[in-house]
Amino acid sequence: MSSTTETGVADTASQSFGGVQARSEVALNAPRIAIKNLEFFYGDNRALKGIDFLIPDRQVTGMIGPSGCGKSTLLRVLNRMYSLYPGQRATGEAMIDGMNIVAPDADLNALRAKIGMVFQKPTPFPMTIYENIAFGIRLHEKLSRAQMDERIEWALSRAAIWDEVKDRLDASALGLSGGQQQRLCIARTIAVRPEVILFDEPTSALDPISTLKIEELIDELKRDFTIVIVTHNMQQAARCADQVAFFYLGELIEVAPAAQMFTAPKHPKTQEYITGRFG
Amino acid sequence: MSISLTAGAVPGPRKDPEVAAALGRRRKRTNTIIRALCVGATLIGLAFLASILITLTYRGFEAMSVRVFTNVTAPPGSEGGLLNAIVGSLIQASLGTAIGTPIGMLVGTYLAEYAKGSKFGNLVRFVSDILLSAPSILVGLFVYQILVLPFGGFSGWAGVVALAIIVIPVVVRTTEDMLTLIPNTLREAVIGLGSPKWKMIVLICWKSAMSGIITGILLAVARVAGETAPLLFTSLGNNAWSTNLSAPMASLPVTIYSMAGSPFEDWIALAWAGALLITLSVLALNVLARSVLRTRK
Repeated sequence: MSSTTETGVADTASQSFGGVQARSEVALNAPRIAIKNLEFFYGDNRALKGIDFLIPDRQVTGMIGPSGCGKSTLLRVLNRMYSLYPGQRATGEAMIDGMNIVAPDADLNALRAKIGMVFQKPTPFPMTIYENIAFGIRLHEKLSRAQMDERIEWALSRAAIWDEVKDRLDASALGLSGGQQQRLCIARTIAVRPEVILFDEPTSALDPISTLKIEELIDELKRDFTIVIVTHNMQQAARCADQVAFFYLGELIEVAPAAQMFTAPKHPKTQEYITGRFG
Repeated sequence: MSISLTAGAVPGPRKDPEVAAALGRRRKRTNTIIRALCVGATLIGLAFLASILITLTYRGFEAMSVRVFTNVTAPPGSEGGLLNAIVGSLIQASLGTAIGTPIGMLVGTYLAEYAKGSKFGNLVRFVSDILLSAPSILVGLFVYQILVLPFGGFSGWAGVVALAIIVIPVVVRTTEDMLTLIPNTLREAVIGLGSPKWKMIVLICWKSAMSGIITGILLAVARVAGETAPLLFTSLGNNAWSTNLSAPMASLPVTIYSMAGSPFEDWIALAWAGALLITLSVLALNVLARSVLRTRK
């Protein structure tokens, strides 16, 4: 894509709006994914209506909005998860590296290796911790045993779980706690070395401590990965995101740098949602 | 938003302790009656089962001896055993399972992973369910028509095919049920890593469902181990030692059937021994199936 750098409003230190503490202003990077006039249909039901927006490279984009607003749908468009289900289709454009994600002839396996996803509920595979990570790698690469070991240690370390599992890599992944399982899933996703990671409410099934760990992790990961996160938790969006997009009834109401979104939202609907008046 | 809790009195008359007590007594009475009916029905069922099992164990053990396992069928009064029938049953049941299981698993996988809600899938499921509950003698007659008549006689292979046909719908059903239990989120997680669908099915879905599928296979084996009707028209039975699948082959159920109907004391005793053997192996398979299901959970 073109290198139009979208510069955020230069605001100073964190401010409070509606009880939500926003992070201080940062400039947005050049876009990694450019979405243009994207529409999505569940059968005849139009779930996304003419979405236009840019996802900045190696930053965190938070998507917020009430249930059923289309934020998760958009996330599932970005790695073509919807293609698993007949009757679901998307039109328009979502460009990454000159390729349209929603094009019917897109190479889905390559696309999903490039755009990884972490789900709401941890989804460990019924195998050992080691095999869980190795599974994704083997789909796309042929590594020697030593290279594989190295890659797995790297992925587990990046997902901040290496110290907890290094002595039991051969144990079943199903025996880990919920928070550990979710970090394992993150490790599994980054082991494939994607460029973009989609998080679909990654902490809504976790306790506060695990949630905190995942949030710290996301902050860490954005040095290398472009991150899109769907969340119901306004505080989480404020803590993690550099850019926030607010969806309502299938439309993108407002997208802005996080600080601006949480201090001076332009649209009255956004303001009402952020301050908890509906949702 | 707060709900006002200062509303007026509850409408209707005051609660009457007399009425409440009477209702309570009635509840207790009804409970006693229903419980008595349930326990009674259970006892009747158990009594029949126990009497069968006790008779079987008693008569079976009485007739059990080493020669049951070492000698083949012999004329009445000449120290015959069940060796040929036991081996014949083992060969036919294991080959039938070996043929029926992969077919059943693939069909079940097709139904669960590829044909969700499709018309053809529904048709296949319907036919498989009919086959599941069809009387097994029909399977025997069917194989008799397509294999025994055209190929010139009863054979072990015909028996194997008949048993395989009985195994298929059982495995189809359990495979589909077990795969359907796997949450879609797991499938999405695999696909999300960039996995092709067949790898998702073979490496993750089958693995997740394996304990359930194995249980289904074991139950299918238990079922075919005791089938008589489909073998009567196919492998017929054989009083001599034979492991030739192209010739008629003995099997425990058919041997029991013919010996139990004979007028000879020692043959009838052997039939009891065979019946006990089948029952014990079916019991063992069921226990095994349950323990597989439990350990993997």
